[in-house]
Amino acid sequence: MSTASFERGYNAFKEKIDAPIASYFSSCVHCGMCAQACMFFTETGDPKYTPIYKLEPMRKVWEQEYTLLGKLKALLGISQKLTDAELAEWQELIYGSCTLCGRCSMVCPVGNDLAYMIHKAREGIAAAGHAPKGLIDATKRAVIIGSAMGVKLATLQAQIKHTEHNTGIRIPLDEPGVDYLVILSALEVVNFPEYLEALAKIMKQADKTWTLSSIAFEATNPGLQIGVSDIAKELVSRVINVAEELGVSTVISPECGHAYTAIRWEGPNLIGRSFSFKVQHILEVLDELREQGKLKTEGFEKARLTFHDPCQLIRRGGVIEQPRHLLKMVATHFVEMEDPGKMNWCCGGGGGLVTQEESEELRTKAFNRKKTQLDALEVDTLVTACSNCRIVLEEGFEAYEMEMPVVGLTEMVAEHLVESEV
Amino acid sequence: MNYVDFLLWVRGPAFQIATAIFIFGLSWRLLEILSLSRKPELAVVRERGIAGGFRTIFRRFLPVDDNTFQRSAFIITAGYIFHLGFFIILLLFVPHILFFREFFGFSWPGLPTPVIGIITIMTLLALIALLINRMRHPVLRFLSGFEDYFVWIVTFLPVLTGYMAFHHFFHYPLMLALHILSVELLMIVFPFTKLMHTFTWFISRWYTGSRAAQKGVQV
Repeated sequence: MSTASFERGYNAFKEKIDAPIASYFSSCVHCGMCAQACMFFTETGDPKYTPIYKLEPMRKVWEQEYTLLGKLKALLGISQKLTDAELAEWQELIYGSCTLCGRCSMVCPVGNDLAYMIHKAREGIAAAGHAPKGLIDATKRAVIIGSAMGVKLATLQAQIKHTEHNTGIRIPLDEPGVDYLVILSALEVVNFPEYLEALAKIMKQADKTWTLSSIAFEATNPGLQIGVSDIAKELVSRVINVAEELGVSTVISPECGHAYTAIRWEGPNLIGRSFSFKVQHILEVLDELREQGKLKTEGFEKARLTFHDPCQLIRRGGVIEQPRHLLKMVATHFVEMEDPGKMNWCCGGGGGLVTQEESEELRTKAFNRKKTQLDALEVDTLVTACSNCRIVLEEGFEAYEMEMPVVGLTEMVAEHLVESEV
Repeated sequence: MNYVDFLLWVRGPAFQIATAIFIFGLSWRLLEILSLSRKPELAVVRERGIAGGFRTIFRRFLPVDDNTFQRSAFIITAGYIFHLGFFIILLLFVPHILFFREFFGFSWPGLPTPVIGIITIMTLLALIALLINRMRHPVLRFLSGFEDYFVWIVTFLPVLTGYMAFHHFFHYPLMLALHILSVELLMIVFPFTKLMHTFTWFISRWYTGSRAAQKGVQV
């Protein structure tokens, strides 16, 4: 990353403040309701985790640069100046205790989208050189190696071989003119190979053509999480270029929340134009196939199960009903958590938090929220649609000594595909 | 200067100055916000978002769900009593309506004075309860600075002095002058503090609501 400095940070704040952010700061009355929506506050009781407080550095820049009183204060030399030390101190609040889950944005009585603000504020802290080390490293790996987790093509190729061996289905690579370009979360390559297997079976049954890419197989985008637009743009461009070269009609975003936001919602804004192809989350694709009668399943899950809504997919992404349709297709004992759907509580590891070792203790504390939700339900299985959530949930279960399998929805659906059709 | 001179000054030049600052400050602040604009959305949206913004303006009057209400029940309830009370007193107290008629040239029916009296007491009590809550609640005490308490005072004073003037506490012309003066203080402070939310909340809600609607989420 280019040389960071306080000036660059300050200017990044300045540049990111738009009319929504100015109206949000003007509207805040310090009612404190956002704290009650944030798991880092509810599970610790520490008021410094109040979402609007996390924006203090950005608020100072806004006041000084974009308000009459702030300019007057600066003229008289009585303004509270933002300092580099403050930005360093705020790393913990902007990165270490916010998953950009956007729950606070749902409860603010004046309608402030706090998660939007915090995401923009990361641009300032990152440009000033105060992003957390874990996230910087992940971002570097993504730029240099091509994947935040450092997964290389050889690893993917090995997995392709395994999958072909297990399913007897050929996994296409770099095939032009197909229906779908499938991109993956590195976690799906390394930890959850079930996903690719499931996908191969589903595509075969639905009679759809698809391909992986040897250049752009990684969907995750730490540039977005760290708040460096240039890098986020570079990473998302790799997928866009390949998709356009191959001439696919749709790119399928994997079971990963922020990867969906990165390409579906931020992607066109990052590169400054719309795409020549469509972007869908895998659950949108599956639900569409279900509607078209191209997804045929048989039998039902016997376990009592619930669904963990990934924030970026549901609350911030709008894929809310699709997972429910699919779950009802394959499960008879599906129950909703308290605060389901767009009001669900985060796993506690989104927004790049999972890469930060220093936040681990806090994350575990905050996970108590998820535990409380799950304890009340007495379910046997937890289904989700984000491999990052999945890892964090598994870690949380370990910390709290809970025993419960966490399953990806795509693989659960694939388990029930009508056999003769595969 | 005797009480009557004071009242005349407060009603005359002082009011003109306060009104000028209020209107100029308010317009300037709104211009500051809107001139920043925002970048157009380039992603393929699920809906255009204009109507979604307006839906959120209204939807956000109520908490998004029961649990959200329960977690903030006090501040929502007391906040509603104070806000509604304040606007009922401001807009439906007959002497206020007469004042507005002088200003705008038209009027509307008001509420019976005893009703306004009860609402005033409720509003004052809600404001006091909100202040105590602000000083005692760990989050609010932590968040609050000079501005939060100062704004509370300039909001509380017009309601209190209005009540005292109507019930002829002390000397009526003095009390009335103090009431008008406190309103002028509120008007002068208004554009430079969080009181601005009175004119920006719907802008905030609209922006948030439209962006969420574009993504297909009702907020």
